[in-house]
Amino acid sequence: MNKIIKKEFLSEQVFRMVVSAPRIALRRKPGHFVIVRPTAEGERIPLTISDADPKEGTITLIAQKVGVTTHKLASLNEGDYVQDIVGPLGNATNIRKVGTVLCAGGGVGVAPLYPIVDGMKKAGNRVITVLAARNKDLILYEKEMRAISDEVIVMTDDGSSGRKGLVTQGMEEVIQREHVDEAVVIGPAIMMKFAALTTAKYNIPTLASLNTIMVDGTGMCGACRWTVGGKTRFVCVDGPEFDAHQIDFDEILKRLGAYKEEERKAFEAYQQKNA
Amino acid sequence: MEENIYTIERSAPWRETLRKSMKASERTSIERVVMPAQAPDVRNRNNQEVNAGLSEEQAVREAARCLDCANPTCVTGCPVGVHIPSFVKCIEARDFQGAARVLKQTNTLPSVCGRVCPQEVQCESKCFYVQKMQKPAVAIGNLERFAADFERLSGKAELPEKAPANGIKVAVVGSGPSGLAAAGDMIKNGYDVTVFEALHEIGGVLKYGIPEFRLPNAVVDAEIETLRRLGVKFETDFLVGKTATLDDLREEGFKAFYISSGAGLPNFMGIPGENLIGVFSSNEYLTRVNLMGAASDERDTPILRGRTVMVVGGGNTAMDSVRTAKRMGAEKAMIVYRRSMDEMPARKEEIQHAMEEGIEFNCLLNPVECLADEKGHVKQVRVQKMELGEPDASGRRRPQPIAGSEYLIDVDLVIMSIGVSPNPLIPRSVEGLAISRKGTIEVDPETMQSSIPDIFAGGDIVRGGATVILAMGDGRRGAAGVMRYLSQK
Ligand SMILES: Cc1cc2nc3c(=O)[nH]c(=O)nc-3n(C[C@H](O)[C@H](O)[C@H](O)COP(=O)(O)OP(=O)(O)OC[C@H]3O[C@@H](n4cnc5c(N)ncnc54)[C@H](O)[C@@H]3O)c2cc1C
Ligand code: FES
Repeated sequence: MNKIIKKEFLSEQVFRMVVSAPRIALRRKPGHFVIVRPTAEGERIPLTISDADPKEGTITLIAQKVGVTTHKLASLNEGDYVQDIVGPLGNATNIRKVGTVLCAGGGVGVAPLYPIVDGMKKAGNRVITVLAARNKDLILYEKEMRAISDEVIVMTDDGSSGRKGLVTQGMEEVIQREHVDEAVVIGPAIMMKFAALTTAKYNIPTLASLNTIMVDGTGMCGACRWTVGGKTRFVCVDGPEFDAHQIDFDEILKRLGAYKEEERKAFEAYQQKNA
Repeated sequence: MEENIYTIERSAPWRETLRKSMKASERTSIERVVMPAQAPDVRNRNNQEVNAGLSEEQAVREAARCLDCANPTCVTGCPVGVHIPSFVKCIEARDFQGAARVLKQTNTLPSVCGRVCPQEVQCESKCFYVQKMQKPAVAIGNLERFAADFERLSGKAELPEKAPANGIKVAVVGSGPSGLAAAGDMIKNGYDVTVFEALHEIGGVLKYGIPEFRLPNAVVDAEIETLRRLGVKFETDFLVGKTATLDDLREEGFKAFYISSGAGLPNFMGIPGENLIGVFSSNEYLTRVNLMGAASDERDTPILRGRTVMVVGGGNTAMDSVRTAKRMGAEKAMIVYRRSMDEMPARKEEIQHAMEEGIEFNCLLNPVECLADEKGHVKQVRVQKMELGEPDASGRRRPQPIAGSEYLIDVDLVIMSIGVSPNPLIPRSVEGLAISRKGTIEVDPETMQSSIPDIFAGGDIVRGGATVILAMGDGRRGAAGVMRYLSQK
């Protein structure tokens, strides 16, 4: 059981939670995630650790309300307890000085991106961050990212904030302007697919991190498997970051939708119960 | 010492009297008592335990079949040397509590083992009835289950004696049968025992893998409760190597470790289409249903229900998966196995139960490709017929594909049940730990000590996928190894 210390909404759908998890706070590094089970009846879902305070013994999680589980989590309040949190899981990002790093985040992808930007900057890199979303309200963490990046470019589909256009346009602008040594892209699978295609054109080594369906998070079930470089890998133990140019994004897009129908039904039942 | 207990008991006056109370010919003329079970077409639609357990009268009658041999060969078939005739004769004498006590001298988890051990290749295969008379063996497993259940349900389960606390902290990593057995022996000897478990529940495969209809959770929980009452501390949601390393735990004062992290990593075949939606590992499928309760509307975890389900493999895991799929509403649930019926490694009883429940068996058949519908969901499997060739390393005849024999089977779920590999997390996270080529932890088979003096290991992480009884036996040997190491330090 982990106590919720702080909870706030960053947008209508996206919320941030600071929870007590002293051991995880001590050991977590950028790139790590946790498996969360909000209630005793709940499902186990992976969430990235976007920040931690080892002194206070807390970790910060950011999630978007999509299905039953994230809605249940969002309905918990400060002082309540989350049933289970286990972690830190996965492999930490390989943070080192490479020169200039281009970081691109879409939607809630900025949550896992934040600690990587932070780490890359502290390692002495020049870090340029591109944040992208459909509109102004969905651009998250802009202030926080500005505080730790050398430059932040905001792209929105409707131009309500920053520039109008896709994440790839923001990225290309930087790549054409200056030498980029490495890129990190985190967001919806479709966004990562096109971001990876963009950096591939310029031969820029690129990391992508993806939130697959998971159950245990320890390599026991294979629910999180996907094809990377022609081989089946388990995201929870082999990832969550992989060479973006080796990932079969189309397969991921399909696998993420595996339970769409079951989830929709469950969510409708949940809404009715809580109406 | 153990020899002693046995001999004394056989020569005990009550037992001699009992032996003489019935002629051997009378004993051997009794038919093996059939285990009462739910009817196949009822049970394949519910999740309750298939076997109902013997009644007292049935148990006493079955126990009377045992000839109390002077040289009980059955004991040699038991991986942990349970004093079989002693407990069976206690049952015949209606001292059921005493029978449970005898069992617990060597087996920490008799109510589990009575249900899941492959008795037909262990103790029962060495029974005098089988060896010398070509008759069905004494139902040792059913009797073991009876005695252990009697004790559990009587509410009179005796809490084992416990040595005074010695304040020495020891850690057990993983809470499957191996870890539970090790924890039990160490707590009884006064050690301060903490069991670390990655999942949110205690029990390992007994909880997440083996279904309720074969091993009810209540049986496992009773064992865990006993350990709790003895003072064992359980830390769930704790993945050793990630949440804390062994070094961290050493710093926190743990003096030795028993690693029983199991062989959790599911193998896949590596065929095209294996990552399609609707293709699962049996671990995932069973975990969703057993641990996460996906069949219940009250639980949030989703599961795909298939009308036609193909399970690939012939072991216990495959039987559990296919029978679970049937219970989840599959109209057609089938096994596809690349060897023949004779080579199937599953317990005989499970195969028999599966057949009674309407499971279809397709032997000498191997999947070569999974094909998808337009949404990326599996809809067909291309299979290939096989024939048996020369025996391979395992002594079983090697299956070989028959050229040109491929055809398609329509499915909407595929469950891969083709074995597991050791969980690599601990081996990867501990520097200097000797690991075999298969990824198992290497240990001294007597002491279970690894290449690092304060680390001991046993169960599936040492053997690869094996059995509950072997894991349990390793746990006891490992506990003894840990305690000897600590007392000599
Ligand atoms: C579906 C199925 C059916 C089976 N049927 C039978 C049967 O009928 N008869 C039989 O004899 N055997 C059967 N087996 C095999 C038997 O269950 C195993 O051999 C036995 O459970 C192994 O015990 P163990 O204690 O070594 O490991 P496990 O039971 O696998 O337990 C290991 C535990 O360690 C935890 N863990 C792993 N890594 C870590 C870590 N780093 N930190 C903390 N915890 C960790 C895991 O979460 C798990 O709970 C079956 C197995 C399966 C999967
Ligand atoms: S989540 Fe189960 S193996 Fe990765």
